[in-house]
Amino acid sequence: MEFIYYFGDVFAPMSFLLLLIGTIGGLILGATPGLSPTMAVALLIPFTFQLEATQGLILLGAAYTSTVAGGAVSAILLKIPGAPANIATTLDGHTMAQRGEGAKALQLSFLSSAVGGIFGVFLLIFLTPVLAQWALAFGPSHLFWLAILGVTVIGSLDSASVVKGLLSGCIGMWLATIGFDDIMGAQRFIFHPSLGGGINIIAALIGLFAIPQVLTMFAKGRHNKGAEVIKVQKHSIGAAIRELVSRPLALGIGTITGSIIGLIPGVGGQIAGLVAYDQTKKFSSEKEKFGKGHPEGVIAAESANNAMVGPSLVPLLTLSIPGSPTAAVLLGGLLIHGIFPGSDLFDNHPDVAWTFINSMLIGQVLMCLFGLYVAGLAARVAQVPQSVMAAIVLALSVFGAYSVQSSMGDVYVMACLGLMMYFLERFGFSAAPLVLGLILGPIAESNFIQGSMIANATDGRSAYFFGGALNMALIAVVLASIAYSVWMELRSRRHTTKEEAQA
Amino acid sequence: MKQLIAGAALALMSLTGTAMAEDYPDRPVMMMVSYGAGGATDFQARIVTMTAGNEDALGMPIAIINKPGAGGRVGWNWFATQADNDGYTLAAYNVPHFIAQSIKGGVSYSTDSFEPIANWGADPAVFVVAKDSPFNSMADVVAYATENPGKLTFSGAGLFVGHHIAALQIEKASGVKMAYIPTKGGGAAAMKAVIAGEVLGGVNNLSDAFRAREAGNVKILGVADLERSAFLPDVPTMMEQGLDVDNSSVNFRGVMVPKGTPQEVIDRLAATVPEMFANGRVAKKMKAGGSPMHIMTREEVKEMWAQRQATLEELLQGL
Repeated sequence: MEFIYYFGDVFAPMSFLLLLIGTIGGLILGATPGLSPTMAVALLIPFTFQLEATQGLILLGAAYTSTVAGGAVSAILLKIPGAPANIATTLDGHTMAQRGEGAKALQLSFLSSAVGGIFGVFLLIFLTPVLAQWALAFGPSHLFWLAILGVTVIGSLDSASVVKGLLSGCIGMWLATIGFDDIMGAQRFIFHPSLGGGINIIAALIGLFAIPQVLTMFAKGRHNKGAEVIKVQKHSIGAAIRELVSRPLALGIGTITGSIIGLIPGVGGQIAGLVAYDQTKKFSSEKEKFGKGHPEGVIAAESANNAMVGPSLVPLLTLSIPGSPTAAVLLGGLLIHGIFPGSDLFDNHPDVAWTFINSMLIGQVLMCLFGLYVAGLAARVAQVPQSVMAAIVLALSVFGAYSVQSSMGDVYVMACLGLMMYFLERFGFSAAPLVLGLILGPIAESNFIQGSMIANATDGRSAYFFGGALNMALIAVVLASIAYSVWMELRSRRHTTKEEAQA
Repeated sequence: MKQLIAGAALALMSLTGTAMAEDYPDRPVMMMVSYGAGGATDFQARIVTMTAGNEDALGMPIAIINKPGAGGRVGWNWFATQADNDGYTLAAYNVPHFIAQSIKGGVSYSTDSFEPIANWGADPAVFVVAKDSPFNSMADVVAYATENPGKLTFSGAGLFVGHHIAALQIEKASGVKMAYIPTKGGGAAAMKAVIAGEVLGGVNNLSDAFRAREAGNVKILGVADLERSAFLPDVPTMMEQGLDVDNSSVNFRGVMVPKGTPQEVIDRLAATVPEMFANGRVAKKMKAGGSPMHIMTREEVKEMWAQRQATLEELLQGL
């Protein structure tokens, strides 16, 4: 309960002002395509040189929480996921915006972000020592099985046909092999200098999601706009809250999946949203509505990616190991003031530690209030004529891809992938499984190789990958996931053949 | 945002004609870091350049841009082949990383592609084990490896980086086979593997290991340097423990420019930059972050590069 004692510090005038700046600035940065939470926090670090340790961390903490939520804005309105965490939000969120329900989608996303986020920070406050042990429990063999679990999701994710889903997943996994292999040092498929560092995930996200959409808009021309004007429906905040409360399953699964997966160093943040989305879909009574603008999709994805924020800092704050790129940047923010995370932080600088954690809690609330306030206005973006919209999205895509690491190479990669995806979409493939392959490929590969190296030096591969309770549990979940997909596929087939027979 | 503004300013300035070397620098200078934001090199580069705008330093700010990827190869490839050599584009180097990579091949740079300016830091590699490990000295480690050849697993951040060099030297000096496990995700991932008990030991940066020891997670058994570190006066060097491991794996960080940069500009930088590093504010911030400083002039760095080139060529032979 120590954290309550330090609540006063958050509301000191200077601190609260910084909290406001961090939250609002973070939302804007997060909504800008290409600026991931990691980059947004890195950009703010130089400003904290001049501030006291506590104030600097308030700014960083607030910015971290709100950039994650801000990423939903561009995902919903423009179909550009700002970071891997927002991929699942585009699936239903953007369809809702196109139907004129952008305000509703944004309100739901901010509300569920706040619920998930606050839950995550409470986990950080109360269960840190337990969670730290959990974060360490995942070794290479467990991460390998976790990635395989992700692969089993690929087939069923946002695709009419399982085969096409798996095929796009394979394309994604192949793309992921491009570049220098960090473990063995081999060069793979580097047929152009801009591919030396592999395919940057943010540039790929922008290309795969935004560019096909831009091309489709251009292809339509500008003469048929009369038919396309979207009525943006007003949606009251009260109704959004009622909607959220009426869907406890999506909110619960999203929040819990996000908190558990967010904790695993190096993996969590990227796949928490997608895994939560897939789980909610499997348990929902309205499965067929997912991918067609179902509010539950937005709720699950956004509660998961904000629930991840708190637990993702556990390895950093307790063990001094940054578990994610953003945590690494925050580590720099602490070190610059001579504060070492770990026992030193909580024993000798409790004011810094708890004020930082409290600021994330208050930041969630502020982020939600501010987000709800602008949601109605922001949703009008859908009314912009398509020809203008296409140009704006294209410009933002180029800007976003370039700004990731100030490199034209990433812009070329984005353009090529976008063009490829445009044609693939015509043949019924979709971007989400492809991106999942791109994310999971390297996780599965590097952990398998690393695990094999350890296993070869110790007790052999089969003992290493199949031994231990955690390995067995993960394998059981993988098998259950496959069995479920096969069963659903068979059932739907029997269904269709029966209908065909009757017709 | 800052980088973009700086970039825009640079683009605008270059249109108005090239400046004379006497006025150098008359616009903000860019410094490329070939590792991601938040990493140790990025973090230190931001601290040591924060006083660049002062009148007694360059009088112009230095903006950091990150070009991470492939263990630094992406950034250095870009710097060797595409960066302007007008003195407005600097880069941070990491020795032995870039030298080892150039010896191994597959990159478009070598020590001849760059001109060193000055060195700001030296972060030795250390050998760490988990806090409940039975090993208490390097002798224990070597004894275990002798009894179980090839079974002593120890982690480090990738291949052809300081950690790998230290690992090779330890193996060579002790004459036994060990299992070096390179991790993806840098020193942090390698440290996590040690703390979680996935491996029996690990090579890591002194600065990160010092922090992990403060947090009560690891024991540090030896420093791969010629002298003990001021941060860890109680930890003996490898040499003191009878292992013939010199300072070849020490991670030197400093500033360089591409080959072909005007000599006057190089001279101006070589005279100013070491003094900029010696600034009291810089030293205070670096000490607070647990980052060991080691300032070297251009001549000293040149000598150090040549030395490393020779040692690494020998060490990496036949690998």
